[in-house]
Amino acid sequence: MGLAKRIIPCLDVDGGRVVKGVKFVDIRDAGDPVEIARRYDQEGADEITFLDITASHHDRDTTVHMVEAVAEQVFIPLTVGGGIRTVENIRTLLCAGADKVGINTAAVTNPEFVREASDTVGNQCIVVAIDAKRVSAPDAPSRWDIFTHGGRKDTGIDALEWAQKMEAYGAGEILLTSMDRDGTREGFDLELTRAMSDAVGIPVIASGGVGNLQHLVDGVTEGGADAVLAASIFHFQEYTIGEAKQYMQQNGIEVRL
Amino acid sequence: MQTVAIVDFSFGNLRSVHNALRSLAEPKTDIRIATEPADIEQADRIVFPGQGAARHCMLALREKSLADAVLDAAQSRPFLGICMGMQVLMEYSEENDGVDCLGLFSGKVQAFAPHVERGSGFKIPHMGWSRIEQTPHPLWENIPDQSRFYFVHSYYTAPRDEEAIAGRTDYVLPFASVIAKDQVFAMQSHPEKSGEHGLTLLRNFLNWDGQC
Repeated sequence: MGLAKRIIPCLDVDGGRVVKGVKFVDIRDAGDPVEIARRYDQEGADEITFLDITASHHDRDTTVHMVEAVAEQVFIPLTVGGGIRTVENIRTLLCAGADKVGINTAAVTNPEFVREASDTVGNQCIVVAIDAKRVSAPDAPSRWDIFTHGGRKDTGIDALEWAQKMEAYGAGEILLTSMDRDGTREGFDLELTRAMSDAVGIPVIASGGVGNLQHLVDGVTEGGADAVLAASIFHFQEYTIGEAKQYMQQNGIEVRL
Repeated sequence: MQTVAIVDFSFGNLRSVHNALRSLAEPKTDIRIATEPADIEQADRIVFPGQGAARHCMLALREKSLADAVLDAAQSRPFLGICMGMQVLMEYSEENDGVDCLGLFSGKVQAFAPHVERGSGFKIPHMGWSRIEQTPHPLWENIPDQSRFYFVHSYYTAPRDEEAIAGRTDYVLPFASVIAKDQVFAMQSHPEKSGEHGLTLLRNFLNWDGQC
């Protein structure tokens, strides 16, 4: 169709520093977001996502400064998610140089927030992040609920219906994380990914569970994802983004090389 | 020394455009955010980026009395439109139940949505990296034909004049992703977010004398 499937490395940041094991051999400071982002850009990342796990509200200014620093040197789209609760938060991040923001818990607490945010800054800036977990019995029709609080709290809301609602409220994209697969390295929940991709008319980013390059391919070909997000396989240099793209292309997927 | 004005008429990513130009321009180049007509009138070249909805953007241009200065600049100095900054150069946009635009190019801006069937695999917004088939123009120098640029949009530009098309992209349908006329070059994709090729295009623009 002419549009490349995107590969998006995801970085956890705390207090303006990248945390959780980035181990590139040839960078000086494994916590420096600018150095890491530049490295991913050079490897051919199509976008970069920062997940802000800063606990204290006060330290959020450091995230804004981090975005400013990265945006001065890295000229591909940047998404920032984590703890975004107000339109003012969004404005501040976009003005700092972010292109999109990820909204998760705040959307569940107050769906109108998504509408307000989208009306203000445009739906192209609004990514609604959904943490979904299978709640149906093995022999029953599949159902996934959305979970908040890092996957601990079941909201009782059906993930697919929720995504459709968020699309109607002005989400421009869905970042779908399988809580069953996140951290397992067993691959995406492909049934969930496919169901989600078919349920909405906006792009879907698959996340959670990537352990090898075939998982990325499966996310696109079987899951129908428009983009695939991964963290650890790139951080530890098991694979470069270039290798991932080569592999996807060999498997018939259109990528930007 | 030259002055580059980035026109501020929407809630857009001016900072990214500014960052990209700053990283490319000579240190002495004065790159400023233009919020008043005088800022545009004094500039040697104009960058016209935009994001958001057409109605809001046109309202902002009129409320800030920027429309005349923008039109004047587009007819006299090198001028680069980006995203919504391309769309509002057309006569009319279907967005927001219809909005009259600046009319520098004949033709209108149309929605992808009526052309998309669910299950077709085409998602709206068109978001991501698509190829641009180039029509010869000085701003394409050192950028291979069919290079990918980063797009985010739900409406596309349909110029009436084939001659105005400087680049074509295929998503849902083939559309004019770049238009150009005299000293104006306007593109739907975001050069400031399109990595190396985008930076090359911006560098070409900074050095362009406005001749085709």
